[in-house]
Amino acid sequence: MALSKLDNLYRQVILDHSAHPHHHGHLQKATNEIELRNPTCGDVLQLEIALTDNKISDIAFSGDGCTISQASASMMTDAVIGKTPAEAEQMVQAFSTMVIGDRPDQDLSILGDASILKGVAQFPARIKCATLAWKALNNALTGEDGKGMAQLLTSHED
Amino acid sequence: MGKNLNDIRADFPILEQQVNDEPLVYLDNAATTQKPKAVVEALTHYYYHDNANVHRGVHTLAERATEQFEAAREKVRAFINARSTKEVLFTRGTTTSLNWIAASYGEANVNAGDEIVISYMEHHSNLVPWQQLALRKQAKLKYIKLNADGTLDMTDAAQQITDQTKIVAIAQVSNVLGVVNPVKDLAKLAHQHGAVMVVDGAQSLPNMPVDVQALDCDFLAFSGHKMMGPTGIGGLYAKEELLNAMAPVEFGGEMIDFVNLFDSSWSQLPWKFEAGTPDISGAIGLGAAIDYLNQFGMAAVHEHEQKLVDYVLPQLLAIDGLTVYGPHDPAKHTGVIAFNLDGLHPHDLATGLDMEGVAVRAGHHCAQPLMKYLQVPATARASFYIYNTKADADRLVESIVATKEFFKNGTI
Repeated sequence: MALSKLDNLYRQVILDHSAHPHHHGHLQKATNEIELRNPTCGDVLQLEIALTDNKISDIAFSGDGCTISQASASMMTDAVIGKTPAEAEQMVQAFSTMVIGDRPDQDLSILGDASILKGVAQFPARIKCATLAWKALNNALTGEDGKGMAQLLTSHED
Repeated sequence: MGKNLNDIRADFPILEQQVNDEPLVYLDNAATTQKPKAVVEALTHYYYHDNANVHRGVHTLAERATEQFEAAREKVRAFINARSTKEVLFTRGTTTSLNWIAASYGEANVNAGDEIVISYMEHHSNLVPWQQLALRKQAKLKYIKLNADGTLDMTDAAQQITDQTKIVAIAQVSNVLGVVNPVKDLAKLAHQHGAVMVVDGAQSLPNMPVDVQALDCDFLAFSGHKMMGPTGIGGLYAKEELLNAMAPVEFGGEMIDFVNLFDSSWSQLPWKFEAGTPDISGAIGLGAAIDYLNQFGMAAVHEHEQKLVDYVLPQLLAIDGLTVYGPHDPAKHTGVIAFNLDGLHPHDLATGLDMEGVAVRAGHHCAQPLMKYLQVPATARASFYIYNTKADADRLVESIVATKEFFKNGTI
C-alpha cells in the first residue's frame, strides 16, 4: 500500500514531538520575538527567544500548523538552547540544506532530533512546513528576512 | 447534446497515470480542471496552422486568427446568453476581471461614505479588490453573514444592502462551502437600492447553466481554466451601457480609435478594454472547451456532479471525526466539499491522500476571512468534475479512512 511511504515522513519521533511539543507556550521575558506566516497555507508561528550572555537561554513557540511544522518547531527549540546566535545560524543552514536534499553526506549531528526530518526532502510540497520554525529562528536572531536561508530555499518553494 | 458523460475518460490522457504507484484520482477541480484532447488540439492546430496577430493585418493568417478569436468570443456570449459580443471582454481570468471592475467602474462611482457589500465566503479575488477600493475611497466594506449551514443569510443581506450601497459582489458558487448563492435575488435587491450586482462566476460557469440575462447581473467574472480551457484566459461580462460609460483600465495598441500627440479616442466595444495583443490561443482554447461542454449541455454536467455529491457526501459524513463545512444536505451542496479530520492538520491529511494517488487541496483556499469565520486555520477540499466517477469517490473515502488509521496508530 502506498501509504507505507508515509513512514518516511512521519517517523514516530516526529509524531511524538507534534503531539507533545517541547517549549510550547510563551516566555516571561523575551529578547527577540517574531511572528511568521506561511501565506500559502495559513499556518502561523510565534517564536520567542531569550538571549543571555550571547546564548539562547530560553525559547518558546506557539501557533497553528501541521504535524511537520509543529514537530520541526519542537525539535528546533530543543536543538538551539544553549547555542550562540552564530551557532544557531549554522544549524539553520544545515537544516535548510538537509530538507532540500542537497549534500546528503553532510554531518547532521548538530541538529539533534531534527535530523530525522531529512525525509521531508522526498515530499517537496512539505518543505516549507518543515522550514517555517527555522526561518523564524533565523529572522528573530538576524532581524532580517531569511538572509542566506531564503536564497537557498527560494527555488524549492512556491 | 447527446455525448455520454460516463464515457469520457479517454478524452483526458492526463488522468491515465500512476501517482505514487497508485492510479491518479484528480479531485482538485475547483483549483483547476484538466483539459480534454479537443482543447489541447485546438491550441496546437492554431499554432501549427493559423498563428498571427489579430485585428491588424490584411494577410490570410491574420484574417484566420482574427476570425477564430472573435468566434471564441461569440461562443462565450452564447454560453452565458449575453445580448451581444460587445458585452464580452477577454481577460486573464476572474481576478483580472474583478480588478477591472474595481479599477474602472468602482473608481468612477464609489465615493467616501458609500458602501460595497460582499460576504464572508468570498475568495480573495472577490474581496481584496473591493477592500482596497474601499480604502482608497474611504468607502465602507460590509460583509453579509452566513447561516449555520454555510448558506448566505438573505435576511442579513437585505439589511446590509442599503441606499448607500454602490456595489454588491458575491460568488455564485462558493469555492469552499459548495453552496449556490441566490445571485438573482441579490441582483434584484441591489437594483432596488441603485447598486450594481457583480457575480463571481469562477466556480459556477464550469458546473451549471448560467444566463446573465435571467440573473440580471451587471457584471460576471470567470476563468477559462476552471472549465477545461487553458490557463491565462478568462472573461468579463458587463452590460453594454455600463461598459460604454466606463473608462479603459489599460492603454496601448488594439484599444484605440485614433491617437494624437496629446489625446486619443478609444475603439468600440469590446476592444476598447483589450489593450495589447490578447491571449489569442487561450481564447480559441476556451472556445474549444465551451464546444466540449456543449456536447453534453450544462444541465447534464450539473446533474452528473450532483449524482456524485449524492453518492459521496453521506459517506464522508459517516466517517467518525470528519467535519464537512457547508450544507450537509446533498441537494444544497455542489461538488466542492471542504472537510477536516479531528486532530489532523489538513496538510498531513492531503499528504496521506497524495500517497494513495488522490489529489485534493489543503489550505485556506484563498479565503482567509472565511477560515477565520469558520474558526479553522485551514481545511482539506475535494472537488469533483465531469470526468470523475463513483469509483473516484470510493477511492477518496477509502484513502481518508486509511490516512486516519495511519495517524491513529502511529507508524506501521
